[in-house]
Amino acid sequence: MSPRSAAAHSEPLRDGAHAGPLVLRALHATWSDPPGWRGSLRAIDHKTIARRFIVATFVFFLLGGLLALAMRLQLARPGLRLVSPELYNQLFTMHGTTMMFLFAVPVMQAVALYLVPLMIGARSVAFPRMNAFAFWVFVMGGAFLYAGFFLGSGPNTGWFSYVPLASSDYAPGKGVDIWAQMITFTELSALLVAIVLITTIFKMRAPGMTLGRMPLFVWATLVTQFMVLFAMPSVMLGSTALILDRLVGTHFYNPARGGDVLLWQHLFWFFGHPEVYLIFIPPLGFISSIISTFARRPVFGYRAMVLALVATAFLAFGLWVHHMFATNLPEVGKAFFTAASLAIAVPSAVQIFCWIATLWNGRVVFRTPLLFVLAFFVILVAGGMTGLMLASVSLDLQVHDTYFVVAHLHYVLLGGAVFPLFGAIYYWFPKFTGRMLGETLGRWHFWLFFVGFNVTFFPMHLLGLHGMPRRVWTYSQGLGWDGMNATATVGAFVIAASVAVFLVNVALSVRGKARATADPWGAGTLEWSTASPPPPYNFDALPVIRGREPLWMPSGRPSHVSGLAADAREVLVTSALEARPESRPLFPKPSLWPLLGALATTVLFIGSVYTPWAVVWGAVPVTVALVGWFWPGRRETEQALALERSP
Amino acid sequence: MFARSAFVLSDLSSWSGPATHSALRPAGAQAARIDDLWQLTLWICMAVFAAILIVLLVALTRASRGAARAAPEAPLPMASERAAKRWTTGAAVGSAGLLVVLLGADMWTDRALSRLPAADALRIEMTAQQWWWEARYLDAQGKSEFAVSSELHVPVGRPVIVTLKSVDVIHTFWVPSLHGKKDMLPGRSTQLLLRADKPGVYRGECAEFCGLQHALMAFSVSADPPDTYAQWRTAQQARADAPSDVEAARGAQLFLSSNCAQCHTVRGTTAAGSLGPDLTHVASRALLAAGTVKNDPATLGAWIVDPQSLKSGSTMPSSRLSPDDVRALVYYLGSLK
Amino acid sequence: MTAIGDRGPATTDRPGEPCGPGGPGEPGESGKPGGLDVRHLPSYSFGQGSLMWWSTMGLMLIEGTVFAIGVMMYFYLRGVASVWPIDAVPPALRWGTLNTAVLLLSLWPNQMAKRAADRQDRRCARRWLAVCVAFSLVFLGVRALEFTTLNVSWHANAYGSVVWLLLGLHTTHLVTDTIDTTVLAVLLYKGPFEGKRFVDVSENALYWYFVVGSWLPIYAVIYLAPLG
Repeated sequence: MSPRSAAAHSEPLRDGAHAGPLVLRALHATWSDPPGWRGSLRAIDHKTIARRFIVATFVFFLLGGLLALAMRLQLARPGLRLVSPELYNQLFTMHGTTMMFLFAVPVMQAVALYLVPLMIGARSVAFPRMNAFAFWVFVMGGAFLYAGFFLGSGPNTGWFSYVPLASSDYAPGKGVDIWAQMITFTELSALLVAIVLITTIFKMRAPGMTLGRMPLFVWATLVTQFMVLFAMPSVMLGSTALILDRLVGTHFYNPARGGDVLLWQHLFWFFGHPEVYLIFIPPLGFISSIISTFARRPVFGYRAMVLALVATAFLAFGLWVHHMFATNLPEVGKAFFTAASLAIAVPSAVQIFCWIATLWNGRVVFRTPLLFVLAFFVILVAGGMTGLMLASVSLDLQVHDTYFVVAHLHYVLLGGAVFPLFGAIYYWFPKFTGRMLGETLGRWHFWLFFVGFNVTFFPMHLLGLHGMPRRVWTYSQGLGWDGMNATATVGAFVIAASVAVFLVNVALSVRGKARATADPWGAGTLEWSTASPPPPYNFDALPVIRGREPLWMPSGRPSHVSGLAADAREVLVTSALEARPESRPLFPKPSLWPLLGALATTVLFIGSVYTPWAVVWGAVPVTVALVGWFWPGRRETEQALALERSP
Repeated sequence: MFARSAFVLSDLSSWSGPATHSALRPAGAQAARIDDLWQLTLWICMAVFAAILIVLLVALTRASRGAARAAPEAPLPMASERAAKRWTTGAAVGSAGLLVVLLGADMWTDRALSRLPAADALRIEMTAQQWWWEARYLDAQGKSEFAVSSELHVPVGRPVIVTLKSVDVIHTFWVPSLHGKKDMLPGRSTQLLLRADKPGVYRGECAEFCGLQHALMAFSVSADPPDTYAQWRTAQQARADAPSDVEAARGAQLFLSSNCAQCHTVRGTTAAGSLGPDLTHVASRALLAAGTVKNDPATLGAWIVDPQSLKSGSTMPSSRLSPDDVRALVYYLGSLK
Repeated sequence: MTAIGDRGPATTDRPGEPCGPGGPGEPGESGKPGGLDVRHLPSYSFGQGSLMWWSTMGLMLIEGTVFAIGVMMYFYLRGVASVWPIDAVPPALRWGTLNTAVLLLSLWPNQMAKRAADRQDRRCARRWLAVCVAFSLVFLGVRALEFTTLNVSWHANAYGSVVWLLLGLHTTHLVTDTIDTTVLAVLLYKGPFEGKRFVDVSENALYWYFVVGSWLPIYAVIYLAPLG
């Protein structure tokens, strides 16, 4: 080995197609996470971070589901006293908060963090340490919220926390403060991941992957991350103003001193409406991937699909007032938002028609991923129809804040996001873990979920029309709501059973003997060209791209990139539009700084819920951590200088 | 339970819901307009939903089945490509057209709702607080004539202008049989214009989460024929009768000497508290505590002794009166018809 | 190690080459320069070529949105109020206007530092960075004085709250910009140093531009709008 390593110092090992096992071993050693539990705290591999993120969001999903079961038990019969009104109000607040902030948005980002580099032919995401930091901040924020809940300080003013109910006059104690600060944690995390993904998608695509050759899932991710940048600041400011009102006596929302209660609603919903599209648009990408593979052809109308994604993103920012139709805003203004809320159906409709055209002209393979995607067409479309109803001011005035809206939101969120997400899990599980999920259990999971979902939520349309408002801990006998509530509760437990089947499927499959190949589905996109699961360095050699489905077309020459260092973390940066190779920067090694930074940030955030001075003294460790993180090490600089080449 | 659910789903009249609080059983002009729009929208949406599902089903059945991992399909021939483009574009344009129809219907309904004739309207000022309702009936000049809590009466066929206020958090006034809902925002005053066209007693709800007992904040709107309403109004305007017997007098005495008068008003006595509901004609009410419990002597007694047990979190404190005192008090209140 | 590029049973004419070992070439040898060879590419680049540029742009989009929404909050509350400012005289113009001048002047050393970094002149860049730090101490000091002459406290009413919010948000950016610039200045003096640091200095200058540029509308809102 000695002569070789001497040679390695003078002439670095480089990658390329047909590179030998020495190169591959070097790549492996370079890109692996450090071993041991101490190493795991320093890991920055995007796949590792993404897996942790996905597991964390799923834990929150299960917690949120348990909260829902408790709520449904309480509402199964009129006049039950299984939980107190106070606990019930905390249950629905925690359920909504968990599902929206701690599950639905982050899980979509997390799946993208895993898949995007693999789909675009990159070895890493941009800013891998910042990515790790974002994960830690997210997990600590969620833990903070649940710690508060389990210690009796849970928020109880709804996931949307309207003022003045959420002001310190009517919601004393720490619950609302904890809730508002959890938002700070999660929006910081989401914003950082958005920067990571946007930069990765623009600058780290394999040579030849022009924007017009990117998979539709990557487009969906890109569009969503831009939305994150513009939507999160609104809720950040709104929740900060709420904390300030509660803690240091500002009057943003206090009408007695010039504030306004509707200001909160504007700030919250300007974020809140785009937020549901943050949840809905990435699954549109899942669906394109899955339909393409299981119809054995590319999705029809690529350009229309991309434009539809962009149009949806833009329109999503123009709808927020439809959450405020019952207030006394001017009627003319409301009519504009009716029009916008109807208009946003058009790009979604275009996508649906293109998918149907793809299936029509394809050769359909019925597997579990496709089943979950087909459920989208039933459930999301139904939810879209009720959305059109809610877009009308007059109709909305009857069903706003009733169980009709509960039905609508679950139809669009589960039909539009959770069903496709499960489809994505069945589809990409072999890539993540090297094993296939069981097909039989998958079908049981699917049908239990589909039936359970409709049994739970369809009656709620009627409950709303028949006068049952939302967020009620109980209801009286004789109002005509008993049967439908009981039915919904039964359905909820069927959903729970389906999730249990899923968990069993995962547990059995992960330990199964049969290993998945690189491309068990015969798909066309790049992630299927590498092993299942991928090696730490993703690709032996980065591919050169000539089409939208690289695996479905013959490769040309040159077929791969060569010349990146194998014993240093060199990545290829390409131009934003045409993906022409531009530079080969050196990426950072695993580091403890992201975790330390996150801990310091957590102390700052939690402290400032209890005293405003925490903002001052808490900033010191954060600054120290960030400076330490940035400050280059001597050895790493030497390594960089050895590989350096000036522009 | 299952049988009942099945029955619910198969019985068409049960789709429309209860006559006293369903948006699908309008009893007033505004709710009827909204119901018309609902019918139109529902049919259009069902047709679109069915169309999409049928096309999808056809696509799935006509497409040949593929084997997993079979070679991917060849690119579409130009003719199929163009046909697919025509159909998807046509469908998109058709959808947009239907949306325009819906938009038109929506705006037409919005306009119609705002144009309900309001000549000779009855004016009521409704103030919400955690967790009950105060309705002040105003005279033609806007001055308050009398107040009732949580149980309104309105004449059939006459427009009613309800001014909506809140003294604490956001509440929402909603009587599904009569109209859509309107928020009651602290610091602002909002308004709802409605008209009951069918006599009946309609249930109202608070429809904005307003804290602990949001679920127990109902009210009722009794739409009476005009002469019945006039009688009711005259009775409400009158002050409370003086106690007619010894027991009632004792109850009245207790009312004034215990804490009751600090929060409640009984016009015709010195009790003029404004923190709780006006009790001048409390015996004319069917329910207590914002539609939570029946207004009968036993329940009223239980409420006075320990309101927290019936509606935890309510502002009314428990009392330390002896059972005899409570009985007298209940007797007196029962005389306030 | 798992077999890479294995697609299971061969189907006819599987398109695409497996990208794995086993092709011609001696085991252990680096990838032959037969593919798209990138070893001669630079290891860092300026402007759009640098990932830092993209993250700085993302940060500017985010913070720009924050400021825009903050300004909208100001005008919303003003629209709701019958009288504005509420129970207060408008902020004194002296310190705010002085600081605007200081901030605008600071663009000069900032631009000089950027130019030095772009032409990879370490000595020059670090000197101009030091001048930037000096400027930041001045504008932070004047900013402290601004807070004292706002003529309203944050807890007086919604007007006071939103004015303090806007000024506070911008001050946070002044502070972080100061810290960033100081850290870079020290790094350029002390090392360890590599060419990539020039890119950091160049991008920091962009952020500086943003902090100064975003001040102008906020200055107008805080100081000039109440006069109207």
